[in-house]
Amino acid sequence: MKINKNLKGWLYLLPAFVFIAVFMIYPLVDVLIYSFEEGYNFASGNSFGVGLYNYKYVLRDPYFIQALKNTFILVAITVPASTIIALIISLGLSKINFIKKAYQTIFFLPYVTNTLAVGLVFMILFKKTPYSDGLVNFIITTLGGSAIDFIDGAYWAKMLVLCIYTIWVVMPFKILIFTSALASVDKTYYQAAAIDGTPENRVFWKITLPMISPTIAYLTITGFIGAFKAYSDAVALFGTDLNTAGMNTIVGYVYDMLYGDGGGYPSFASAAAIILFCIVLTITCINLIVSKKHVTYGK
Amino acid sequence: MNEIKKIKKQSKTIQILKKTGIYTGLTIWAIAVLFPFYWMLQNSLKSFSEYNSENIPKFFPSVVTFQNYVKTFTEVPLAKYLLNTLVFTVATTLIMLAVIILAAFAFARLEFKGKNLAFTLMLALMMIPNELVIITNFVTITDMNLRNTFLGLILPSVTSIFYLYLLKENFAQIPDELYLAAQVDGSTDFNYLIKVMVPISSPTIVTILILKVIECWNSYVWPRLITDDKAYFLVSNGIQEIRESGFGRENVPAMMAAVTVISLPLIILFLVFKNRIMEGVSRGGTKG
Repeated sequence: MKINKNLKGWLYLLPAFVFIAVFMIYPLVDVLIYSFEEGYNFASGNSFGVGLYNYKYVLRDPYFIQALKNTFILVAITVPASTIIALIISLGLSKINFIKKAYQTIFFLPYVTNTLAVGLVFMILFKKTPYSDGLVNFIITTLGGSAIDFIDGAYWAKMLVLCIYTIWVVMPFKILIFTSALASVDKTYYQAAAIDGTPENRVFWKITLPMISPTIAYLTITGFIGAFKAYSDAVALFGTDLNTAGMNTIVGYVYDMLYGDGGGYPSFASAAAIILFCIVLTITCINLIVSKKHVTYGK
Repeated sequence: MNEIKKIKKQSKTIQILKKTGIYTGLTIWAIAVLFPFYWMLQNSLKSFSEYNSENIPKFFPSVVTFQNYVKTFTEVPLAKYLLNTLVFTVATTLIMLAVIILAAFAFARLEFKGKNLAFTLMLALMMIPNELVIITNFVTITDMNLRNTFLGLILPSVTSIFYLYLLKENFAQIPDELYLAAQVDGSTDFNYLIKVMVPISSPTIVTILILKVIECWNSYVWPRLITDDKAYFLVSNGIQEIRESGFGRENVPAMMAAVTVISLPLIILFLVFKNRIMEGVSRGGTKG
């Protein structure tokens, strides 16, 4: 009876276990092995030896350095910007009642859209072509500036578009989470502040902000993790050949190493993926330590 | 008395001003969100020659034409891409549901040796980013000769530990009494799962289903790695292909029509199930 019971439990678990073992646990071990196998050949399955060559190669590869730089700039700009804008918008939402639901629905729309598809629209809006400068450049020239090529032009211009698009894409999630956090703050605090005649400013800094600080920490951490894995937004704007555009990201570098025109190097791809994982892990730990100091948990 | 009235009136004016400010700000963001969709729609209704003659972008088509939508189905295989995506989405979602319902039942209801260890291991795996495992999966699928097949697309996409966790939590809330009563009635575990637990948890199951459909419909990285035969492209790769060689690089209106066609199914899904989707995502979905 008892053996039967154990067997039954594992039987129900079996399908999930097979999928997890084959497509998650085995690959996790394997990627580590790949990253240390030197000169691994995809076709023959042979390698020369074991060592740190793959890591050294990746860290010296100018394309990787470029990808690293791009990713860090993207993270440094979009994570704080999107979190702050989302907080401001959510605060606005929390203060209104009329057509609030309609705003919430509209704000969430980018979440369900295809990143590649809408990215194409962004590209059209920003792109400068021989016959037309595009809508954004039309606005810039109307305001007295000169047209800028955002898609094939200067580095900062391309980075700007990428940041704008990334923020546009990540906003729905952040607004949603902030809105529910703001709604769950105990109303009695606000009532007490109102009786004392506390100015709104002070209410925000002394009540609202501390009360939602766990949410801010959560969104910052997930924001960092997400932004470090940026890839398809860049593809949507600049096409699949990101190295030539100079706009590759770390994840893009991993995939390019694996497959595509410069592909066929799972060892280099693995080394780059593990470097990315270490960066994300470090940043997450720093975030956790920082937020432990500043976040107020509980009531 | 007059003074108080004055102050009251003043604060009312301030309130109105504040509200106006808030609505203005929110409206600006709403426009920023909606504008790309508007731009895509209005340009998809212009003819190629009209779009090309616009030195200054125009906000309305002078003549509305549906010719671009015809083109997306005749000149490029968009219908095929849509069908592929549908097959991929339905198959992946259904297999995932079957797998996680069984596993969530085991975790939530059955007692067996090694359960806690298995559950802890699973939670730990939730933190592993997809980027780490995708490399080996690519090699595995290639070695199994499953490139450019639906099986190759579907199998690695099934695993969703987060949804399994979500469902397990939901199953665990169903009172023990129901289970004991069913056992007294001589009902088997499997029958109990299908006839009692699944119906009770159907709101959560539907939420998981919708979130997985969205994820599948928009998936880009894995399909791109594993398919280079256009016959197996999903919409994300399809749109990239259309952009790079479909209508010729300059035919923006036709591209916008294609983009509209592939965006529409999810927008409709969202408008129908918006409360469920937003609630599900706020419970822990992540993107970005």
